[in-house]
Amino acid sequence: MKRATLPTDALDATDRAILNALQEGFPLSHRPFVEAGRALGIGEDELIARIRNLREEGVITRFGPFFDVEAMGGAFCLCAMAVPAERFEKVVTLVNAHPEVAHNYERAHRLNMWFVLATDRPEGIERVARAIEAETGLTVLRFPKLKEFFIGFRVKA
Amino acid sequence: MTIDAADRRIINATQGGLPLTSEPYAEIAGWLGMSEAEVIDRLAAMQARGIVRRVALAPNHYALGVTANGMSVWDVADDRAEDLGARVGALDYVSHCYLRPRALPDWPYNLFAMIHGRTRAEVEAKRQEIAALLGPDSRTSDILYSTRILKKTGLRLADGG
Repeated sequence: MKRATLPTDALDATDRAILNALQEGFPLSHRPFVEAGRALGIGEDELIARIRNLREEGVITRFGPFFDVEAMGGAFCLCAMAVPAERFEKVVTLVNAHPEVAHNYERAHRLNMWFVLATDRPEGIERVARAIEAETGLTVLRFPKLKEFFIGFRVKA
Repeated sequence: MTIDAADRRIINATQGGLPLTSEPYAEIAGWLGMSEAEVIDRLAAMQARGIVRRVALAPNHYALGVTANGMSVWDVADDRAEDLGARVGALDYVSHCYLRPRALPDWPYNLFAMIHGRTRAEVEAKRQEIAALLGPDSRTSDILYSTRILKKTGLRLADGG
């Protein structure tokens, strides 16, 4: 994902309307771009072309279904470690070598490494966390979610 | 809650996103040897069961100038946590909001809320808004800013199984 901010004139009003409207949802139907375009006052071809352009410009990170891995029987777990500064790079390599590590961030805190484990089965979380502890000699704090709240997050374009 | 092999094939076929053609579900159906109606019906059924959260567009918030973020963490009373978490999660600048176990004595916080803004100062201002919303129900709090992305990969799901 590109992390650079676009110039403010890179998007016109129609692009912004598309980004705002389609964050709310996209139809599951035979001609969904016709349906979505109608609400935006543009035709199917124009909507498809604009979404393609926005995707190519890196303005869209995802367009399609969003899946809940846990609902499919998999598991996620946020984990944190306090990694001594002089060993940090070595530990990054050991942790990232596990394909189950989906994201890993360095954060400004005594607990300075925060990563998410994602596994096809719930029991995979413990297996990988223990393996990382054995490899690094460091404690992996596990923060599984107890409850996820409905998210109102929208980015106004 | 389970998914069958056909659901799984649809998930794998759409993990990269919908094809940008006038009949995207028919296109996916063609790849998988299904009918368009089956693809639509299965996606709708998975949405009804919460396996598909939604079908939508996710903008790159960095491209739109929302470049600052911080993981705010709060210690709220357990008996108030569900109610307060619901209110924090509904804020339009919070992208993730979870209750998690504390890890005492290292970590007293149980409510995690990721805050986004255009600048670090905006994130701090929003953190103050959440502090005001929680009031005395939050005993202590902190915010962790990321200093480096060490790894970031998408969802990968094995075929079969």
